[in-house]
Amino acid sequence: MRIVLALAVLALAVLGLLTGSAGLGLADAGVLWELRAPRVALAALVGGALGLSGAVLQGALRNPLADPALLGIGGAAGVGAVAAFYWGLGIVAVPLAGLLGAGAGCALLFALAGRTLSATALVLAGVAIAAIASALQVLALSLAPNPYALAEATFWLMGGLADRAPLHVWMAAPPILLGGALLLRLGRRLDALALGEEVAASLGVPVSRTLALAASGVALSVGAATSVGGGIGFVGLVVPHLLRPVLGERPSALLGASALGGAALLLAADWVARVAPLVLPLSQEPPLGVLTALLGAPFLVRIARRVAA
Amino acid sequence: MIGFAGSVALAGRTVLHDVRFQAGPGELVAVVGPNGAGKSTLLRGLAGLLPGGRADPVRVAWLPQGARCAWGMSVAEVVALGRVPHGDDGGGAVEDAIAACGLVALRGERIDRLSGGQQRRVMLARVLAGAPSVLLLDEPAADLDPAAAHEVMALLRARAEAGACVVAVLHDIGLALHHVTRMVVVEGGWIVADGVPGEVLPAAAAAFGLPYGLSDRPGLLPP
Repeated sequence: MRIVLALAVLALAVLGLLTGSAGLGLADAGVLWELRAPRVALAALVGGALGLSGAVLQGALRNPLADPALLGIGGAAGVGAVAAFYWGLGIVAVPLAGLLGAGAGCALLFALAGRTLSATALVLAGVAIAAIASALQVLALSLAPNPYALAEATFWLMGGLADRAPLHVWMAAPPILLGGALLLRLGRRLDALALGEEVAASLGVPVSRTLALAASGVALSVGAATSVGGGIGFVGLVVPHLLRPVLGERPSALLGASALGGAALLLAADWVARVAPLVLPLSQEPPLGVLTALLGAPFLVRIARRVAA
Repeated sequence: MIGFAGSVALAGRTVLHDVRFQAGPGELVAVVGPNGAGKSTLLRGLAGLLPGGRADPVRVAWLPQGARCAWGMSVAEVVALGRVPHGDDGGGAVEDAIAACGLVALRGERIDRLSGGQQRRVMLARVLAGAPSVLLLDEPAADLDPAAAHEVMALLRARAEAGACVVAVLHDIGLALHHVTRMVVVEGGWIVADGVPGEVLPAAAAAFGLPYGLSDRPGLLPP
């Protein structure tokens, strides 16, 4: 299954490289490497980060509804980015400010969740941070100094990968890969956590440390992903659910596959976003976050019906 | 050998009063007593799960009351979690535990599709798969039909005879009397009796307020 997903990622990446604003076809090297390649690389990185984070959080919190947004880190990154728009800082400053916001959100998360972490403490702290972040985003938007800043920030919050430069890839890749490496090592501990935190502890799993590592890995990768891609929802929630019927429900079996599945899903969604103005009467690309929500929500309905049955 | 000594207060309420308990290899100990007496807390203390506690997870295995698996994992996958402390796949230990608990036909089934009694046996198999020398089991026979309950107790007795130390919270006094080597009665946070099952029976009867006694009549129990 992982080979199938890896091939899908590869095929979608090639398709992405061959698709431009003017339709299918090879472009000159400049367009290919300065415009298309960063976009394809970011779609794979951001999608992979979201898919893997969703699988790890669902396992760590033993909750099929857990989503990377649950810990509020993406929201905190959004606050940083919106603040950058507010002060009219350049487009390079936006992802940097996003990373700063994510770091602050992560620090606050651990401060609120307490010294001995449990799933409940982590979720409560995350919900609080998400609420604070969303309030601060709205505050910054409502106080926007001019309509351009407001429009830019609003559009950014909807999520998208258009007009990203190679610099964005170099900024996002290290935290996403570092966080991903951290998360991929938690598999066996997440399996043990399926039996509850106390049983996991009796099996020698350091529960609090495992939750801290999971939250740190998610903060690194989702913070960086949101900093370059804006608010892209549903990928982290839906991808593990799409894979469970095929791979089974053991958390460790889902980690690598969810990273690949998330990358494939976001590459596909981003390709759809790019092609949509060519075939539909749209003046510009639909925001990627809107597309993933429109694609993801019906899947969620199907999952909900299957779980309820 | 496993032991616990001291008092335990949870959320400001003393749950165990200066208890002293030790059990060694070859013992199959039943912990009995009314609901809320402190039996499960005693087991948690032995398992090193109370604040400040510690136990070697390779040596000591603990089965809580109402153990559940959050995901629809297969029976074999859940049983294999017993190998987590060892960091290996256990070779034949996992399959042996599955067979010992009568789960061979169910090994590929999702645990959330099984009955309560079958799930209980999967959780017991998870404990056995780690080949621990100390087994701490909170109601291992709950949800089991009478035949399965006796099978499980016979299995635990065999483990004890092979040198393991088994401490089990039991509610079925008859089942306990038939199988265990030692009985501990817990009431109101105190260990009120500890000894050979037949001798401890009056204390258990008093703890429950029920007229337990040994009968000469042919019993319903298998040999």
